[in-house]
Amino acid sequence: MYKNLRWKFLTIVAVTGLAVAAFWPPSTRVRRGLDLQGGVHLVLKVQTEDAVNLETETASDQLRQALKTANITTTGWHQPSVDTFAVDGITPANDSQFRTMADQQVSAEFDRDSLGGTYTFKMKPNVVINTKIAAVQQAIQTINRRVNELGVSEPNVAPYGTRGDEIVVELPGVKDVANAKEIIKSTAQLRLHLVEAGPAPDQTTLLAAYNGKKPEDMDLVPGDPGDGTTGGQVWYLIQHSPAITGTDLQNARPGLDQYNKPNVRFTLKSEGAVKFGAVTRANVGRQLAIILDNRVVSSPRIDGPISTTDAEITGSFTQQEAANLSLTLRSGALPATMTYEAENAVGPSLGADSVRAGIIASVTGLGLVTLFMLVYYRMAGINAFVSIALNLTILLGCMAYVGAVMTLPGIAGFILTIGMGVDSNVLIFERIREELETAKGVRQAVAAGFDRVFITIVDTHVSSLIAAAFLFQFGTGPIQGFATTLFFGLIANVFTAVFVSRTLFEFILSRKPAGAATLSI
Amino acid sequence: MRIFKHANYNFIRWRWHALIASVVIIWAGVGTIFLRGGVPMGIEFRGGAAVVVQFDQPVGDDAVRRAIDPVSHDAQVQVYKGTGANQMMVRIPMAEGEAETTMLNTGAREIEDALQKGNLGHFTVISRDVIGPSVGSDLRNKGIWATVAALGGILVYVAFRFRPAFAVGAVVAAFHDILITLVFLTWFRYDMTLNIIAAILTITGYSVNDTIVVFDRVRENQKAMRRVPLDQIVNTSVNQTLGRTVITSSATLLAVLALYILGGEVLRGFAFTMIIGVITGTYSTVFIAAAIAIILTGRSGGPTQASVAPAKMPAGSAKTTAPAPKSRRASA
Repeated sequence: MYKNLRWKFLTIVAVTGLAVAAFWPPSTRVRRGLDLQGGVHLVLKVQTEDAVNLETETASDQLRQALKTANITTTGWHQPSVDTFAVDGITPANDSQFRTMADQQVSAEFDRDSLGGTYTFKMKPNVVINTKIAAVQQAIQTINRRVNELGVSEPNVAPYGTRGDEIVVELPGVKDVANAKEIIKSTAQLRLHLVEAGPAPDQTTLLAAYNGKKPEDMDLVPGDPGDGTTGGQVWYLIQHSPAITGTDLQNARPGLDQYNKPNVRFTLKSEGAVKFGAVTRANVGRQLAIILDNRVVSSPRIDGPISTTDAEITGSFTQQEAANLSLTLRSGALPATMTYEAENAVGPSLGADSVRAGIIASVTGLGLVTLFMLVYYRMAGINAFVSIALNLTILLGCMAYVGAVMTLPGIAGFILTIGMGVDSNVLIFERIREELETAKGVRQAVAAGFDRVFITIVDTHVSSLIAAAFLFQFGTGPIQGFATTLFFGLIANVFTAVFVSRTLFEFILSRKPAGAATLSI
Repeated sequence: MRIFKHANYNFIRWRWHALIASVVIIWAGVGTIFLRGGVPMGIEFRGGAAVVVQFDQPVGDDAVRRAIDPVSHDAQVQVYKGTGANQMMVRIPMAEGEAETTMLNTGAREIEDALQKGNLGHFTVISRDVIGPSVGSDLRNKGIWATVAALGGILVYVAFRFRPAFAVGAVVAAFHDILITLVFLTWFRYDMTLNIIAAILTITGYSVNDTIVVFDRVRENQKAMRRVPLDQIVNTSVNQTLGRTVITSSATLLAVLALYILGGEVLRGFAFTMIIGVITGTYSTVFIAAAIAIILTGRSGGPTQASVAPAKMPAGSAKTTAPAPKSRRASA
């Protein structure tokens, strides 16, 4: 009746082995969060004036370009303060045309004032505030992205202080301050290269045209698929020397093209514009790979020569994608510099006593649950213990494998898992007891118990999985950590409570005569 | 050993009493929260004061935690490594409704006084600072929406697998448990921290899980007991699963009680939330989720409408006439 027992046992041993291999030795493989392990605590000040200055410079450059195109002469340009620029020498003949152009170009952000032939443009107060807020937001996003790319999980990057220009960065598990500063400083490198071939799903396809050997003057670079999805990986073959780099870029912002489709507008510095003009003129119709930190984030087509400092990237962007891409372009060159106000390696926010007490309490709790199950279900209680212990083992393995960080909220997910494990076992045992009252024999009762409860377990687990998915999708930091633990715990629980527990029952029954009428439950 | 063998209590008879009791508790709690000017937030949500001190001789961080505990249970103490010897950062949450400068002065003084009273030896203050919330309002709103979305997902799933009235019952029960827990947290003066948020998410999971187990049994029984009114089927199902409900809750309660008693100060808020949540989660399955499912089915004119009115219940008797489980099995 139970001839597959051997294979079932092998499956269980294999899964357990894989899980243990994933987290052994736990001291190095299981990562602990700031509350359990400590890390590095930094406070940074964003020089928001830089961003305002840059915004003013950009506006001033834009107006100057426009005037040049319209053949309106000026005698001088200067920037008396970070939020103000001035234009000298507007003749009365040009005055009204100048006003129209200025209104078109910069009136949304600047207040205009005139004295003689000199016009002064001062950034509107709300624009100044928004620019500063955006600079801090951008710094937070950039640091977050860099930190995540470098594999520091569950970092804490948050606004700090009351002035609105400070950021606190806490990195769990990072040993020393110098290391942390290195991580944050590693400026995201932005480069634009001409694409020779690609995208393709793998490197061999790309190199087929070159007899499988990469030409000297080309590079292979991985990238995201161009359709906006992430997770997949494609490869590009690009020219070794970049057309332009992040240092040539002045600004980038989302906008709309003439068909009202979202695009990304970027401004180049003048020497960058010269280089870029030459490259684009010679390569109309080819793809340009936008590479950030050695990864292709987008590969738009060159529609025509770009000889001004302003250019745009068109593509099938959604508004969000356009905003993200401009952020990525900008973060290659942060608009504002940052200075360190505080830098410290810190111990865990939970004390050694607290962690020890937590461990003692958890072990005691698990022990009490086991004792309870043994008293109430006798031998079957051992089944429950084995399946819950295996459940936690597999969960720990999954957590270590995906590099999730153990924090106190994450441990709450473990407790929910123990609860779900107990619940599934109790459901099954209670049902077997009910079936034992009526069924013909022990074997039928066990089989019926598992079969009938299975649908209940599916319903409870699927609904919890749905909840975990939503929490992961819409939550942040600790809530995502909780959702991750819950997700793996639920999957592991279906395996242990249904498959492992049933195998154990079948093993016990296989050693009894077929008509046996007793079961220790 | 076995408890509740062939349990046969008339739970459904008490559904209106239970609903009223819950509403009273929730309103009383909401009143308390309103009087105190909102749910008290922990340091992650409302920021606070941070003082960095340097002790003349080595001091354990746990000794500092004990010294600061009377000021705030949510105080965070972290040892500074590498920079000078014996430096520590102590953070306490901001007192409600104070201006930042006053707050910094009083907060810093509270910390320094507590350290002095703790007899930890002489120390010098290196810096005093106001710290902003690490979980800003946007992150907090995101968390709330994530929870609402998760409950929405459960609503759709349960409606699809069972029936809409059941889905409403399950989700209302989960909301009920969140509210009751918040009320008790307020009454016992716990601040809202990230750990307590995690505990609330956990009990929401428990609550829905518990409810679905009962509903599953109702669905199974409905196939066999076609002529029996829904309220009786629900009552039978609650009784049949009573053993499971009590055993699971007791086992979980044992584990979280161990956390509460042995887990130390840091885990106490988390464990307290779990204790309240497990109890209210069990209660709400029987008295809220099932009751609402019955009430809604009755109003919307479900198949068992004719016999749902409370007046038709055998009044005065604690036991109902639920069919014996055996009749169901014979036809299963």
